[in-house]
Amino acid sequence: MLKKILIANRGAIARRIVRACSELKIQSVVVYSPADIQAPYIAEATEAYPLTGNASKDSYLDQDQIMAIAHKCGADGIHPGYGFMSENADFAQRVIDEGLIFIGPSPKWLKQMGDKVSARAMMSKLGMPVFPGSELITHIAEAEAFAQREGFPLVVKPAGGGGGMGMQVVHEKAQLAPALSQAKAIASKAFAASGVYLERWIEAPRHIEFQIMADQQGNAIHLFERECSVQRRHQKLIEESPAPGIDSQAILQQAQASAEICAKLGYDNLGTVETLFTPMGEVGFLEMNTRIQVEHGVTEEVTGLDLVQLQITLAAGGSLPAQVKCEGFAIEARLYAEDPETQFPSTGTLTVFRPPKLFAVRVETGYQEGQAVSQYYDPMLAKIIAKGTTRAQAIGRLLIALKAFEVQGVRTNASLLIQVLQDPAFLRGEVDTHIIQRIQNAKNAGNS
Amino acid sequence: MAKHNVESEVTGNVWKVLLEAGATVEAGDVIIILESMKMEIPVEATVAGTLVEVLVAPEEQVEEDQVLAVIEN
Repeated sequence: MLKKILIANRGAIARRIVRACSELKIQSVVVYSPADIQAPYIAEATEAYPLTGNASKDSYLDQDQIMAIAHKCGADGIHPGYGFMSENADFAQRVIDEGLIFIGPSPKWLKQMGDKVSARAMMSKLGMPVFPGSELITHIAEAEAFAQREGFPLVVKPAGGGGGMGMQVVHEKAQLAPALSQAKAIASKAFAASGVYLERWIEAPRHIEFQIMADQQGNAIHLFERECSVQRRHQKLIEESPAPGIDSQAILQQAQASAEICAKLGYDNLGTVETLFTPMGEVGFLEMNTRIQVEHGVTEEVTGLDLVQLQITLAAGGSLPAQVKCEGFAIEARLYAEDPETQFPSTGTLTVFRPPKLFAVRVETGYQEGQAVSQYYDPMLAKIIAKGTTRAQAIGRLLIALKAFEVQGVRTNASLLIQVLQDPAFLRGEVDTHIIQRIQNAKNAGNS
Repeated sequence: MAKHNVESEVTGNVWKVLLEAGATVEAGDVIIILESMKMEIPVEATVAGTLVEVLVAPEEQVEEDQVLAVIEN
């Protein structure tokens, strides 16, 4: 078993991993940039070490600094959290080569799933449903040929991407070339690979993902689904489990199929199979995330399992939980430091920051009152997760929690989240990836 | 001739400067792209006219409400 884990991350997930370590009686080591010096988990961890810079490349993406600290403090494992180096195969391999355990899947899965084109091909071969997509585009003629065959609309995607960065929807032939070159530019700046490819664009789909958990002996199980359709700019805002208003048998079948495919692959540790469901009920594989997800708490609430602890024990060769059941309803909202109207990020000092303490409500945050919210990292302030015996009860609890969460010093998206939770279509379980846009359009029409 | 300041709505870094002084702009044209909290934020011309000054360069740090460019019309 692991004795000391270095957490190569920040914010809510760093704090979450510190807590998991402490429950497992494992020592935790955090690293922090100058901008994060007031973070609450610095005091909560067993040990804490400063990083030299604020920019990601000089802090949480700086492999040399992080490995030097890991060796100095005698860590025997590294937990990468999500984002930053969590899906970086070279980093994972380096951790292993330098004699430590990487808490995540084997580097080969980070590499194979990280390349969206090869992941699609690999999964499709094992029976995973996929929507039509191209190979990597090396010349505009290939893109035009694909468009000729499949028709518009199409979406241009960076092969090495994630989180919707660099994605562009193309409605006609004239837009194809500029969209490709722009996507390539973004891909080469943000991701390791600059390749891009095309996929059929599904108008107003539902985004449903399946939590997979696998051991190192080739066994894999699913921990049901998360409905993540409430998004803006391809970033999730609200996630829930089980998925409402959809054929639950079809969902369960896809969950089981996803676990079986991962078992056939010999995948290990945690992973998430992301899919899109069309309004007609067709399903297509989107990508596989080879890390803990931001929204893992939703699954923890309905299964009663601690996913971060399981990640750690599985990485050390442990086994899967015996029986997994889904009980009740859980829903999460992401509180962002951003202007609810313009959706631009909002930086500042949290002069007031008081997460609510309520029955059946859990708050995950890496911030505390008095702390600065800097421009350097993503704008998520907190995740608020509510549970209920019915969906309506869980939503009601989340709504009360959001209204009770006091934040001053930065603007937040709380009002937008509250609007979604009161939206009649949302309450009926009628969600798709355009719901935020519809709610905002309706509001603007009402104002004018 | 009136001068119009184009201000930053966020604290962040200049990622790209797309237009140079002297350029003719329409309202809504993107002059600069900022980066803050992992988001790209386009800075658009507030009015049509001539871009007379661009006050920032790539990599530069900017504050909320800072004047980034000046348009004359």
